Amino acid sequence: MNKETKVLLNGILKENPTFGLVLGMCPTLATTTSAINGMSMGLATLFVLVCSNVVISLLKNLIPDKVRIPSFIVVIATFVTMVQLLMQAYLPTIYETLGLFIPLIVVNCIVLGRAEAFAAKNSVGLSALDGIGMGLGFTLALTILGAIREFLGTGAVFGLHIYPENYGALLFVLAPGAFICLGYVMAIMNKIQNK
Amino acid sequence: MLYFLIFISAIFVNNIVLSQFLGICPFLGVSKKIDTALGMGAAVTFVLVLATVVTYLLQKLLIVWHIEFLQTILFILVIAALVQMIEIILKKISPSLYEALGVFLPLITTNCCILGVAILVANGTNKLPVGLDHNLLTGTLFAFATAIGFALALVIFAGIREQLSMYKLPKAMEGTPIALLTAGLLAMAFMGFSGVV
Amino acid sequence: MAKLVSSFKNMALSLTVITLVAAAALAGIYMLTQARIEKQKRDAETAAQQAVLNGDANGKAIKVSVDGFGGKMIVMVGFAQDGTILGYKILEHQETPGLGDKATWWFKQEDKPNQNIIGRKANGQFRVSKDGGDIDAITAATISSRAFLKSINDAYVDFMAQQGEEVEGWAGASIVESGVAEPDSTEVAEMEAVNE
Repeated sequence: MNKETKVLLNGILKENPTFGLVLGMCPTLATTTSAINGMSMGLATLFVLVCSNVVISLLKNLIPDKVRIPSFIVVIATFVTMVQLLMQAYLPTIYETLGLFIPLIVVNCIVLGRAEAFAAKNSVGLSALDGIGMGLGFTLALTILGAIREFLGTGAVFGLHIYPENYGALLFVLAPGAFICLGYVMAIMNKIQNK
Repeated sequence: MLYFLIFISAIFVNNIVLSQFLGICPFLGVSKKIDTALGMGAAVTFVLVLATVVTYLLQKLLIVWHIEFLQTILFILVIAALVQMIEIILKKISPSLYEALGVFLPLITTNCCILGVAILVANGTNKLPVGLDHNLLTGTLFAFATAIGFALALVIFAGIREQLSMYKLPKAMEGTPIALLTAGLLAMAFMGFSGVV
Repeated sequence: MAKLVSSFKNMALSLTVITLVAAAALAGIYMLTQARIEKQKRDAETAAQQAVLNGDANGKAIKVSVDGFGGKMIVMVGFAQDGTILGYKILEHQETPGLGDKATWWFKQEDKPNQNIIGRKANGQFRVSKDGGDIDAITAATISSRAFLKSINDAYVDFMAQQGEEVEGWAGASIVESGVAEPDSTEVAEMEAVNE
């Protein structure tokens, strides 16, 4: 396996932001009430992650060490605001649903974490791949979690009804279900990895 | 009465961690011991109230100048600067308080409940128990009550985890999974408050 | 290229430049998207009006806001000239997902006469059956249902006020046991029907 593939797969499998690194828990729990919501949140984060990784990698030698963090935050916040404006203009319904959690991508530890741990040390190409890998890993985790909660709670996946809604356990769509669902999915992941 | 409702609503009914999902990272990360949970709760209360007041006033300027789209970027910069300032000032005037809260301060910039509450209050979109828009007083009270709610959830959770650490668990459940399940049960308990306000 | 050292000049310079470039980039994107964002908002409003009026050219769409279970609930109601409800749309709400948020469709199922309000003539006194009315509340979400019916009643009062008529006995009728649905000052944004 060459270096590029390794970097790309790292975020999806080995260091999956949700299941491996346990980062970005707020959007993970809050926006996964359905598969489509989880996926939208993941993709918005992916966009910010790739853009900020690329720009920070380009600028890494122009930013003195001591003002590193504020500079990174400015770069990330800029891309987050871009996502906000673009979503309001082109995807207003999804923007309404995800609400507060779009501007809160700024404080998602994954984005700042990757800027600091990867983009500030690696080439532009690799940083972009890292951003894509991490973003996809995050999107995948959120989509799976959203699908499970939607399925258990409302009997549907991506809005497609599989069994009648009346039999769904509403709890899984509500707040406690988010914690419980993620807890069990993580335990299962641990079990698989320990084998 | 309104102020009382704001308190009950923000602490119990719409608890920031257990029903709004803000500030989950410190909730899971700094909750192994009650002492540290208390420290974190105090630090968050301090920063949250200050940050909300400053960003509420800043938002007024943004509206006057028609640059509301710079909200996210300016708010996070203000919060980061504020945290730095609090750190420096605390170090100077009260070394003992700095000793107690200092370690938590750097973690607070990326605590999403600070930015989250600041945006909610500035945009007036949060769940005020009565359909009113925030003014400076209700905004500040709301921030304070929210922080108390955060601290309360954190301390209860830390208490449970302290007990839990004495039991033997299946290996796959150790650490985050069992913490999440516990949080789920706690969230269920807090759901009992819904409809009170 | 060697990394810039952390001298005061370098730090100030790089932070300033980054912030300026960021602000400029955002101002650019803002100008590009602003027209479209405003159009989206107008379109949503128009679409909601058209949906609640259900094709009635003489109808009126009324927007009201009430306190629901979880927070503010903003509802748009379409009335025909004689006060018949043509349709409704919940524009904003914070009701519990899976319970209270069923209000978005619960009260407009034409095959369920005990729930349906579409096509009925409003009288400002709709109530859930628990409060002595004839409309079935959403299962396990009575407070949301009360709030919703209050929004319909409030909208009717506004509608009649616009027609220049008072609703008889309304002030007495609006008292509901729950503290949530107490009459409050409804913020009203009146809109003329789109094609009027």
